[in-house]
Amino acid sequence: MIKRLLQEVKEFKKASLAAPLFMVGEVLLEISLPFLMSYIIDQGVNQGDLGAVVRYGTIMAAAAFASLFCGVMSGRNAAYASAGVARNLRRAMFANVQDFSFQNVDHFSTAGLITRMMSDVTNVQNAYQMVLRMCVRAPLTLICALTMTFIINAELSTVFLYAALFLGLVLGLVVRFAHPIFLKVFERYDDLNAGVQENITNMRVVKAYVKEADEIEKFHGASYQIYKMFKKAENILIFNSPSMQLTMYGCILFISWLGAQRIVAGSLTTGELMSMMTYTMNILMSLMMLSMIFVMLSMSIASVKRIYEVLMEKSDIVNQKNPLTEVSDGSIHFHHVYFDYGKDAENAALRDINLEIASGQAIGILGGTGSGKSSLVQLLPRLYDVTSGELFIGGHNVKEYDLKVLRDSVAMVLQNNVLFSGTIKDNLRWGKADASEEELIRVCQMAQADEFIRQFPDGYDTYIEQGGSNVSGGQRQRLCIARALLKAPKILILDDSTSAVDTRTDFLIRKAFREDLGDMTKFIISQRIASIEDADQIIVMDDGQISGIGTHEELLINNGIYREVYETQVKGGEEHA
Amino acid sequence: MPRPAPVRVKVDEQSLQVLKRLMGYVIHSYKGTCLLVLILIVISSLATVISSLFIKSLIDDYIIPLLGQSDPSFQPLLETLGKMAALFLCGVLANYGSNKLLIEVSQGTMKRVRDDLFAHMEKLPIRYFDTNYHGDIMSVYTNDTDTLRQVISQSFPQFVSSLITIIGVFVSMCVLSLPLTIIVIVMVFVMKQAMSKITAKSSVYFHRQQKDLGKVNGYIEEMMSGTKVVKVFTHEEEVKKEFDEVNNTLFESAYQANQFANILMPILGNLGNISYVLTAIAGGVLAINGFGGLTLGALASFLQLNKSFTNPIMQVSQQFNSVIMAAAGAKRIFALMDEPLEKDEGMVTLTHIKKVDGEWGESEDQSDKWGWRHPHNDGSVTYVPLVGDIIFDHVDFGYRDDKQILFDINLYAHRGQKVAFVGATGAGKTTITNLINRFYDIQKGSITYDGIDVKLIRKEDLRRSLGIVLQDTHLFTGTIMDNIRYGNREADEAAVMAAAKLANADGFIRHLEHGYQTVIRSDGASLSQGQRQLLSIARAALANAPVLILDEATSSIDSRTEKIVQDGMDKLMAGRTVFVIAHRLSTIRNSDVIMVMDHGRILERGNHEKLMEEKKVYYQLYTGGLELD
Repeated sequence: MIKRLLQEVKEFKKASLAAPLFMVGEVLLEISLPFLMSYIIDQGVNQGDLGAVVRYGTIMAAAAFASLFCGVMSGRNAAYASAGVARNLRRAMFANVQDFSFQNVDHFSTAGLITRMMSDVTNVQNAYQMVLRMCVRAPLTLICALTMTFIINAELSTVFLYAALFLGLVLGLVVRFAHPIFLKVFERYDDLNAGVQENITNMRVVKAYVKEADEIEKFHGASYQIYKMFKKAENILIFNSPSMQLTMYGCILFISWLGAQRIVAGSLTTGELMSMMTYTMNILMSLMMLSMIFVMLSMSIASVKRIYEVLMEKSDIVNQKNPLTEVSDGSIHFHHVYFDYGKDAENAALRDINLEIASGQAIGILGGTGSGKSSLVQLLPRLYDVTSGELFIGGHNVKEYDLKVLRDSVAMVLQNNVLFSGTIKDNLRWGKADASEEELIRVCQMAQADEFIRQFPDGYDTYIEQGGSNVSGGQRQRLCIARALLKAPKILILDDSTSAVDTRTDFLIRKAFREDLGDMTKFIISQRIASIEDADQIIVMDDGQISGIGTHEELLINNGIYREVYETQVKGGEEHA
Repeated sequence: MPRPAPVRVKVDEQSLQVLKRLMGYVIHSYKGTCLLVLILIVISSLATVISSLFIKSLIDDYIIPLLGQSDPSFQPLLETLGKMAALFLCGVLANYGSNKLLIEVSQGTMKRVRDDLFAHMEKLPIRYFDTNYHGDIMSVYTNDTDTLRQVISQSFPQFVSSLITIIGVFVSMCVLSLPLTIIVIVMVFVMKQAMSKITAKSSVYFHRQQKDLGKVNGYIEEMMSGTKVVKVFTHEEEVKKEFDEVNNTLFESAYQANQFANILMPILGNLGNISYVLTAIAGGVLAINGFGGLTLGALASFLQLNKSFTNPIMQVSQQFNSVIMAAAGAKRIFALMDEPLEKDEGMVTLTHIKKVDGEWGESEDQSDKWGWRHPHNDGSVTYVPLVGDIIFDHVDFGYRDDKQILFDINLYAHRGQKVAFVGATGAGKTTITNLINRFYDIQKGSITYDGIDVKLIRKEDLRRSLGIVLQDTHLFTGTIMDNIRYGNREADEAAVMAAAKLANADGFIRHLEHGYQTVIRSDGASLSQGQRQLLSIARAALANAPVLILDEATSSIDSRTEKIVQDGMDKLMAGRTVFVIAHRLSTIRNSDVIMVMDHGRILERGNHEKLMEEKKVYYQLYTGGLELD
């Protein structure tokens, strides 16, 4: 796992090394200050030597400025490296997600992927920054300060060993016991907020059933639980600061007692005693910092794991070796095709589909919701792979083609049409990046979109808001059809994509298709009989199976479902005509 | 613990007022505790200051005089150390005590904030939820209360203790040596300048980083929701390129923002070191010359105090920042708590009634039928049986006063009748359902229930007398049993199952591993759309109200389940007054009357046959010439 993440660090190797190195510099210089100070006292003040005070003072000032420089450099490099690593992680994840199949996306869920790319990466960014700086600073300060005290006076310094041991033990115990409770309480806290969310979205139900009092009571119960757990965790946490103080005061008293005797005996100087006092603070503070680092790192491990999962997820839909790079024509053959959306699916979405479609045919598909219409056509551009059986386009199994080539030959206008923020032109050119104005206008005319586009003040340069919210449903559908036509595909699929278009425009679109797109294989999925009755073949789907195939006339005679739909839609109107 | 971002904050009148109110809110229930905490913090801070001062007397009184003595006595030192130890112990205990008390103050206040917020929210009118983004309301519970907890449990106490330490240290320093104190003050001023410079810069970049984070998030969201289109058009490479651009912009601003945040501490810390060095040099010079009576011990103490002066100064400004920032959150919390509650002047209530001497009167017997208890202004009380007749009389309505949605709506529905509304999105169908149960009040005209103006009926009782099945099936976290029981809390298991059977839900529930005890999570995500609809029908069935409002689901379910759902609905509708908001025409053919709505007006009314004959809008809709939604 670490190895994969280090790949993203590589680009920022220099900064990632510079940050801790400068930090080492800062710590060493900082630690030298109290030591130098003892010289000012002992050789300067005590001897009455002004020159020594100035000399050692200058060295100290230089050390302080150098330390400032090191600190700034370390901070800058750490910021650069961690922001860079965050960027690389996001980029790597996003690139991998683009290659995901829908099964992969479903595995993480869209919201889950966004969280992983945003908050988890931010967590890792902060953690990495901390690793580069604090993880160097805290242990190094501890070691250096301890070493200095031993150099000054080994006998007195033993107290620090005991002090460090005692404080380390207390802090360790606090983390050990408080941390799990905090994790649990945050989980409960999320539950509580989920409950609030639920109430906000369900407020109409709450009010309609007059449940306000019950909900308040429920909430109070949950919030009391959290209150109790928080208190429990914090009751452990509050040992930190007093035990830190206790240790510090203990050290001061101890050093004062022994130190005074040593000074009087002549084995210690006043300056040394003073620097010992300062190192006490350094040592204890770095212990505090260590326990904090430990908690924060352990929290970011979960984020690292979640990022790693996304990076290592492999798409199930990949190219074969030496794939075919051309689709010869739009003929299609389904051979005993079975399909389901995953192991959890209640039952197969498609069962034993057999179809033979010649290139250039117009195919209508009819069936209730959930009958498998959309599943059937989504297999063509390999949005999903068949579970068993085989699917051929242009005489070859779809798996033999290069994925990009295959998808460029199959244009699909989806049930939920999505436009992206950008101008109409930008959106259309998704179909063909270098399409000329004339081409754009031609496909828009076919899709019956040209007329309304021209009515916008900005025409083809009209800006579409995110999700296409500033055009009507019918207009959106027609733009999506035009976008698909621009690809000049071998196979065109309209998945219920004229549902918001009125019947006359729907008719004009189909007429344009018939006249201009003779050699393109066309699928039209619709709930409306009128939209498909003139197709070469009509497929009636029911519960994942083909219930009937034929022309309009044939199906009226031999397919019950088709006849029933026809009667409610068409005859229902006619009998009153 | 993530550091607070070094961002410049503005202190205005308003945030001070909010803070004052917040203080009042905290102190309200913990007056004594807060005072005690304050005293304990003072004790603990003073102990720290005294520990630094002690070095002076250690050196000047107990070490220097003994130097050169042949038989030095350490007895006095031991006694002093003993006294110090007692003092330090007080400091440690005070520290522990103040922390311990603060837990109750902060967590207790947090619980009160949450409880008050939620209880208040539950009683707000629907209008509040329709006109505020749910995300914004949510963030009051999550972000704003979290910052509040930080402030109460950390920033406030640290602010106080730093302030006291600063005062104590400052006074001690002045007493020890005025000239050295001046050096320290100058250095503090330099630090202050450095800090405000860096903060100004980092503010700019932090805001930019926030904006860029939003952009990256938005881009990912847009592309994730359009994944299919990206794939169908094999646009993966272009999308990656575009993402790289926004991602790089974020990298730049994140780098800049973090850089300034990162260098703030080293700069301040090392300026503190420089201040230490300067006082050491100056102090050394002064001590050698014996100027101002600066002894060696005093210098040693001063140096130690210097260390403990710069730290709290940095902290005070940091804590101050977070307190001011939390004021913004507290403002939103109080704003929610100040929202006006849903009003209810109704006095007509539901009760059991029976006929005595040909007149309806109140009944003690729970099994008697339901009726309205209607007190009048003259003190008399009349009783009206609960039937379910609804009449709209010249009703005008708009969600806002300047934009009318419904125009002169007239209709009546008697018990057992089914009234259907059809029309395009925005025609005003759903709005009608908001009026009967008084989620919103009408501007003109009247709505009556069994002849009583709904404005006179207590909302609680009015809503109990209306069953409702909403477009989006809202379920709650809990067991299936709990969810159905939402319709009637008193119902026993048998009644719940009977309701589920009526709604055709019993079949699928029994197939679940834990049956009626199956726990559903987050809005029933583990159930299919159709199953959720069945549950909400069962819920309405259990409520057993004489009037029913059905907002048909727009989302599609498979044909087989649809048939089951429809069948369940039909059984539920039998014998009740029903209003159906139709999104599919097939389900309303058998309605007693169909209202075709457009732009807030009823265009056509009549049953299916009549409307088909008229060959106007309904006919167009039915034959597909017009699109419904």
